[in-house]
Amino acid sequence: MTHESLVLSIILFAIGVIGFLVRRNAIVVLMSVELMLNACNLAFVAVSRQLMDMTGHIYAFMVMTVAAAEAAVALAIVVLIFRTRGAVNLDQINIMKG
Amino acid sequence: MIQAIAFYLFAATAVVFALLVVAARNPIYSALSLIGCLFAIAGIFALNSAHLVAILQILVYAGAIMVLILFVIMLLNLSPEELGKPVFNTRKVLAVFLLAAGGALLIGRLGTKVWGSLPAADDRFGSIEGVGMVLFTQYLLPFEMVSLLLLAAIIGAALLSRRERGDRS
Repeated sequence: MTHESLVLSIILFAIGVIGFLVRRNAIVVLMSVELMLNACNLAFVAVSRQLMDMTGHIYAFMVMTVAAAEAAVALAIVVLIFRTRGAVNLDQINIMKG
Repeated sequence: MIQAIAFYLFAATAVVFALLVVAARNPIYSALSLIGCLFAIAGIFALNSAHLVAILQILVYAGAIMVLILFVIMLLNLSPEELGKPVFNTRKVLAVFLLAAGGALLIGRLGTKVWGSLPAADDRFGSIEGVGMVLFTQYLLPFEMVSLLLLAAIIGAALLSRRERGDRS
C-alpha cells in the first residue's frame, strides 16, 4: 500500500502543478496549491504508516494549519484585488510588473 | 483484499476529481470537485491507519477551508465574460507534457521493492491518544509556533479586508 500511496501522491502533485501553471483564475490557482499540499500529506501519512512512526501525522497537521492560514490570507488578498481592480485573472493583475 | 479494492476506488476518485479541479471552467465546479478529492484522500488516510488525520482532513479541509473558498467564489460572483475564454498556447501544452513526463519518470524511479512488507498496526497508531502523545511531548514547541502562525494569519486577513474610514466602495 505504501508504494501505491506514493504513486497516487506523485500523480496528485503533478495535477496540482499543472493547474498552478496552466490556469489563470486566482482562486483555481489557490485550489491547485491546496491539491499539492494534500499530495504531500498523503506521502507523509503513507511513509509514516510504513515506518510505524507518528511523526508524519504531526507533519500532516502542520501542513493543514499552514494551508488554513494561507487560504485565509490569500482569499483576503483576492477579494481586495477584485474590489480595487475588478479582476481575478492573473494575467490582468500585473501592477507590480517592472 | 477488500482494503486493496477500497484503496483503488478511493485513488481513482481522487484522481478524477483532481483532474476536474484543474479542468473545470467554473470555479464553483472546481471547488466542489476539490471537496470530493479531499474526501477520497481522507479515505486513503484512514486506510493507512491515520484515523485522526482522516477525521481532521474532513473537518478542517472539507469543512472549514473549502467553505471559505466557496464563500469567496460566490461573493465575487464572476460572470462568464469575467471568467474569460479558455486559452490554449504552446507553452501550456508543453507544460502539461513536461509535467506528465516528469511525474512518470518519478513513478518509474520509485521502485516497488524498497519498502518490503507492511508492519501490523496496533490500536494506538494514528489514534487520538497516540498522536496526541507525540504532539504534546516531542513536538510541543512547533505546536505552539503554529498557534502563533494562525494568530498572524487572523490579524493579516482582518487587516487586509478592513475598509478605510470613509471608503464607500
